[in-house]
Amino acid sequence: MSAYLLRRVLYALPILLGVNLITFLLFFVVNTPDDMARMQLGDRRVTQAAIEKWKVERGYDRPLFWHADAGGVARATDTLFFTSTLQLFSFDFGKSDGGRDIGTDLKQRMGPSLAIAVPVLMLQLVVALAWALLLAWLRGSRFDAWSAVICVAMMSISGLFYIIGGQYLIAKLWRLVPISGYDGGLAAVRFLALPVLVGVLISLGSNVRWYRTVFLEEMGREYVRMARAKGLSDARVMFAHVLRNALIPILTGVVVLLPSLFLGALITEAFFAIPGLGSYTIDAIQAQDFAIVRTMVFLGSLLYILGLLLTDLSYVIADPRVRLE
Amino acid sequence: MGEFTLLTTDACLFALLAVAIVYCLQARRHEHLRAPWREVWRRPVAVGASVVLGAFMLVAVADSIHFESRAGSGDGDVLSALDIALRPLRTGSETTYSAPLAAYAYSRESVVDESGKLTRIYPRLVHGGAHLADPGREHGADVARRAAAGAASGLLGGLALSTLCVLAVARRRNRAPVAAARLLLAGRAGFPWRSLLGVSTALLIVIGICAALAPHYHVFGTDKVGNDVLYQALKSVRTGILIGLLTTLISLPFALALGIAAGYFRGPIDDAVQYLYTTLSSIPGVLLIAAAALMLDVYMTRHAADFDMLAARADLRLLALCAILGITSWTSLCRLLRAEALKLREIEFVVAAQALGVRSTTILRRHLLPNVMHIVMITTVLDFSGLVLAEAALTYIDIGVDPSMDSWGNMINGARLELAREPAVWWSLAAAMSFMFALVLAANLFADAVRDAFDPRLRQFGADRDLPAATRES
Repeated sequence: MSAYLLRRVLYALPILLGVNLITFLLFFVVNTPDDMARMQLGDRRVTQAAIEKWKVERGYDRPLFWHADAGGVARATDTLFFTSTLQLFSFDFGKSDGGRDIGTDLKQRMGPSLAIAVPVLMLQLVVALAWALLLAWLRGSRFDAWSAVICVAMMSISGLFYIIGGQYLIAKLWRLVPISGYDGGLAAVRFLALPVLVGVLISLGSNVRWYRTVFLEEMGREYVRMARAKGLSDARVMFAHVLRNALIPILTGVVVLLPSLFLGALITEAFFAIPGLGSYTIDAIQAQDFAIVRTMVFLGSLLYILGLLLTDLSYVIADPRVRLE
Repeated sequence: MGEFTLLTTDACLFALLAVAIVYCLQARRHEHLRAPWREVWRRPVAVGASVVLGAFMLVAVADSIHFESRAGSGDGDVLSALDIALRPLRTGSETTYSAPLAAYAYSRESVVDESGKLTRIYPRLVHGGAHLADPGREHGADVARRAAAGAASGLLGGLALSTLCVLAVARRRNRAPVAAARLLLAGRAGFPWRSLLGVSTALLIVIGICAALAPHYHVFGTDKVGNDVLYQALKSVRTGILIGLLTTLISLPFALALGIAAGYFRGPIDDAVQYLYTTLSSIPGVLLIAAAALMLDVYMTRHAADFDMLAARADLRLLALCAILGITSWTSLCRLLRAEALKLREIEFVVAAQALGVRSTTILRRHLLPNVMHIVMITTVLDFSGLVLAEAALTYIDIGVDPSMDSWGNMINGARLELAREPAVWWSLAAAMSFMFALVLAANLFADAVRDAFDPRLRQFGADRDLPAATRES
């Protein structure tokens, strides 16, 4: 098991390096540091000296991949790619192009993001699983048929509609919750209620359909017929056998959501003005702050890889037949 | 009308249409290609959905035939066939917001009347209801009369179409027309005619109502600068469909070549391809798109001289968006194709080909490629609706299509703050949302049928084994 974990971690390194290379190419080769400086400092009137100063402050004055003038190892290490990559790998995110410390910003904004993402994930899972189990149990009934219609309709509605419609109906007309904003502590619940509701609704339709297919596939297996033949109750068959065995595909789908848990639903956060990581990233995109976007890409892919690893580990818990070698 | 011009995306769309036509001709001649489609056309839901999709497609194609307008005509630099057909909608703009079907403006304006007194009234619109002498009295009756006339002509068109179909069935089956009509109504004519004719008639009625009202009113109102919302929504169809189709088209060659090669050759090629797609897919898609869009913006500002024409600039931006979306989405298809190729390489006909000394490239082309096409087909139709929805979301965070381009995302983005007005300006949102909903719903329903028909795993058990009764009618 530990050998397996070690191998997986080692395997993650080249992938992260590749991710970094791609973002690096996107940011520094397509767009030279001079262009960045010009964009950050304002207009074309900016002097060459100011650009040089801006570059030196951020260490962008080094060559990109190969430092020909330096001697020995420094030829490869005293470069922009090497230093920026090393910094990210040691979780030293440095300062944003706007001058703020990225690490502190991340810590501050993680809370609100998690406060939305965790309840959404939990509620989503519970509601979708319960609905799908009910559908699988009552398959072929009128309820099943109408649920299919509702699910396809829900899938076809743009997520923006839920957000805008929810804000208009619940916040503006009924005045149950504030339209947007955020507050610390318990007061946050009032601000979070609507985003969480919207977050659950947005992907409910497709999830219910997907879980239902998984359950139906399991219910066609012979062990289910055997369990019924033994005289087990429907509830026991559904919960103890079908649900348990359907866990593997379900877990695979859930863990993929891990990066979004951290990054927050980008669009939801922006619409509800919640100061989480999602709105942080969008602000950075709109302000063209490359340092922040690069950090977020790195963290996002790190979490994705971590998620894949967790998926494998969760298989062991969900299915005793799985062994990690 | 000026000279015919071909924007890059137009060329792509026409190329795609050509491929589709070639495929249809191929499919007609080969039974194994026809069988799954016959399965699709047996389903009423799929047939109904394809009627709607066809209508959207028609709008998109009409909007892709572009003409460069003559200098000094006062129009934009490029016009499409759709623009020319919808001339009254395009030119009949107001000064600002107006509600759907309104005859009066949305907000009060100060007007000096004949006696020289300054009063604040709701002024008449320039185009909406301009033909009415006294809107207060005639407005409702006029709208109802025109709508009824439009609906009646739509119904008439639907009935005419139905009669033609009945006659065609009667002729082919050698029955009397009445017997054929009875067969059709009972849903026992071998093809879901009821669904085809029902959806077509409903569509014709809606089009009839809009066509009857549009020259005299703004059916969906006007936006902030007074442009007709119905016209914008129709123009956005092309953007949505292009994003849905071109993205897959762009990602297809990569996914096919790399996926099949990785699965067939295994070894170092497989490792390299796996590394590539794991790396790409581990970058959060939105961020990759955002980063690439950012770079494109910078590039375009630096090379502003190369993009003098507004339409060409927006067009290139759309193409770039498709390319970026394609790069982020090809990985999942590549993974599926690799798995399928791994399976196929062990099957006897491939082993036999190898033993006979057939070259690898020939094996890949002749034996593997045709056998993974069903996966490509399924992915293309399944991805379509997600991509249409993604456009709206991406445009909202400013990394989608060009702001000057008509798209549902831009319509929503421009109108979302206007709900806070009193009274709320809801019509832009409603129009964009309902057009998007219609297209995506049709695409989802169609995709379901295609998946069930093409997926051999599902086919084994009988395609509609776990479909609810509602979608299985007839």
